[in-house]
Amino acid sequence: MKKNRNVGIIGVGQSVFSSHREDVNQPEMIHEAVKEALEHAGMTIDDVDCIVHGNMELFEMVHQPDLWHTLGSGAYGKETMRVTTGGTTGATLCCTADYLVSSGLHDVVLAIGFEKLQEGHTTGGITNMADPLWARQLQTGALTGMTAADVIAEFGEERAKKASMKYRIIMDKHAMNNKKAHRRLGLEFDQADDLMTSSPALVGELRMIHMCSQSDGACAMIFASEEKAKQFCKQPAWIKDHITVHREESFCIFGDDPVVYSHRYAAEKLYERNGINNPRKEIDMFEMYDPSSWWGLDWIRQFLLFDDDEHLRMVENDAITMDGDFPINPSGGVTASNPIGATAMVRVAEAALQIMGDAGDHQIKKDVKQALASGFGGTMWTVLFLLTKEVPW
Amino acid sequence: MTKKVGICAVAQTTYERDKKDIRFQGMALEVLEALREQVEVKFARHVKGASGINMSISVSDDIFDARTISDNGMTDVLGAHFGCEEKVAQEGIQALYYGLAAILSGHNDMVLLLGHCKESQPRSRNMVTHVAFDPFFTRPVGLDFCAAAGLQAQAYAEKSGLTDEHLAKIVVRARENASKNPYTPKVQKVSAEAVMNSPMLADPIRELHAYPVSDGAVGMVLATEDIAKKICKNPVWITGVGNCMDSFFLGDRDLNSNFSLKKATERACKRAGITDPKAAFDVIEISDQYAYQLPMWAEGMGLCEEGAGAKWVDANGPENQNVNRSGGMLAGNPLILGGFVRAAEAAIQLRGEAGDRQVENAKTAIAHGVMGPAGQFHSVITLARD
Repeated sequence: MKKNRNVGIIGVGQSVFSSHREDVNQPEMIHEAVKEALEHAGMTIDDVDCIVHGNMELFEMVHQPDLWHTLGSGAYGKETMRVTTGGTTGATLCCTADYLVSSGLHDVVLAIGFEKLQEGHTTGGITNMADPLWARQLQTGALTGMTAADVIAEFGEERAKKASMKYRIIMDKHAMNNKKAHRRLGLEFDQADDLMTSSPALVGELRMIHMCSQSDGACAMIFASEEKAKQFCKQPAWIKDHITVHREESFCIFGDDPVVYSHRYAAEKLYERNGINNPRKEIDMFEMYDPSSWWGLDWIRQFLLFDDDEHLRMVENDAITMDGDFPINPSGGVTASNPIGATAMVRVAEAALQIMGDAGDHQIKKDVKQALASGFGGTMWTVLFLLTKEVPW
Repeated sequence: MTKKVGICAVAQTTYERDKKDIRFQGMALEVLEALREQVEVKFARHVKGASGINMSISVSDDIFDARTISDNGMTDVLGAHFGCEEKVAQEGIQALYYGLAAILSGHNDMVLLLGHCKESQPRSRNMVTHVAFDPFFTRPVGLDFCAAAGLQAQAYAEKSGLTDEHLAKIVVRARENASKNPYTPKVQKVSAEAVMNSPMLADPIRELHAYPVSDGAVGMVLATEDIAKKICKNPVWITGVGNCMDSFFLGDRDLNSNFSLKKATERACKRAGITDPKAAFDVIEISDQYAYQLPMWAEGMGLCEEGAGAKWVDANGPENQNVNRSGGMLAGNPLILGGFVRAAEAAIQLRGEAGDRQVENAKTAIAHGVMGPAGQFHSVITLARD
């Protein structure tokens, strides 16, 4: 959507992601990401006008954590904003930073997403989000086997299981090139058949190997007005548009049949208002919030608006690998690293790095002119970002 | 600020000790329905060409609600089914700042704001604010926002000569004003003597010096200048916003300095083009969670001379400058909604709808919110009507 003024991403910083960052406390971990983002942008904290912060409080049980985190975020004496939306938080923080800069209220905004899941109980925390009267007894945290069952029912057990396992191994191969990634397992394609039966089952055909990790980590990004972005950065990643689509807490109370995914709805509206007719051709790469390799597989279909089996073929034909014609998650994605409050921001950050040409060992060879990044959270919530190499307006 | 953003509708529930018959979604629904009586609220759901609200901003707190992603249960009430919903997880007045940014960005033209909290749910507010302290150094000492405020109150009383009598006078006036505010129906008037005899919480803060526990919800509709003028006959314009974060550890700060409040006010006034805050506002709403904060924050906002807070109370400054006609925070709002309710009260005054507490011919206002131990974070907003 045409904005008041253009906003560019000019700095990205990420802490190392791991299951146990016992070597640092929360502000120290955030500081790792902030320091790297400032260095990447060639700035000091004095160049920053406003700090945006977000995570989910019940995971670490710290009330209003931006207060304590001031020690590591650099917020002292600055304006701040704290916004959270569950799993989508990190991507929402990018929307927040975009609003704050494009509104003209600020020229340079530093956004920080973080989570230190080791300090709490992730599945307990997520279960606690459900309504205590109506839904909590049915809640299984982030684990859901419905998608696996749906894909198997539609495409047959053998093809579905093979495709989701291939998706998982491609993601692991990508993660092996990303030094920051949490799980780098070194999987090979010939292990697929074995993993399909030996990995512990979680819910139905959703197995441990398919599922995302719970990680400690922080991500920081610097957003600047067009003038400042050009002053500090040779190739900023420009924000062309973003869209947020939520759904009601209880599925299906509006009687949608068939169920419309928020992902598909968001993608349709975003493409429509940006004149994208063929996303498969017009978008160069995609950083997707893929909480499991079943969801990752199915959501390619939702985001790229396929009705047939093209999403399976993209996996089967290696189109989504780093060298493919539609790379997905060269970073390794969410099945590799998942510090929840940062996770969705890492998607936008990694897409930006690909446009900036700064992704290092996992930089794809293809020229990235237009990239997509998605966040996922809540009860099927979507934040979808469209980034470009050219100044959009 | 180049463009204008207007508050087109304002609504709130009453604030009461324990609304045990209504869930937080129910409180919020009450507010949404009241907003819809003032302006037509339609939800556009990103449909091309559709006019209406595409973005809803909620305010709530995961720990007070004991729910991860506390906005999750709010999607329906916020009209966010296939629309955008985001939660400001900070002092509620920040929702106005955020809504303003979202509209000025050109991304949205109409935004719904809705905040709610049930402070009656946790066994103690202090248990919630206790976990705002870091688990290594300050949490083991047993600090919470009330204890931190006690330390600041000591320091401020010493600097400004604020006495137990001053504090009693502030509370008596707040509760007198609250009796004219239909949204604080359960707050009883008190005598100065009763205040001075109330039990000590964190010396010199007494029980009646502290804001009462309450449940409630508050909301607004914001829109661009064009839309505001079309849908509303008396829009209130947001003329300035500003906030500031101070350092975290109490020992790293001068608790008397009003460092972050001064900067927050400076920023808001600069954006609003105001040079002398003392004379600029017809209506002033301050988040006085504890009685000592009324004069202290007034100093920080430049509404009276530096160090003269006690004299300002003696000279009936709060009365003369129309500070907290609503009763203020001392009449009771949930912690995270304090500044949001202040802004709502200021807007109601500028709309001329404040009933018995109305300030005649009020045209300009300033509202203030605060979060964190001993005022670590302050946020200020200035309002005006045509």
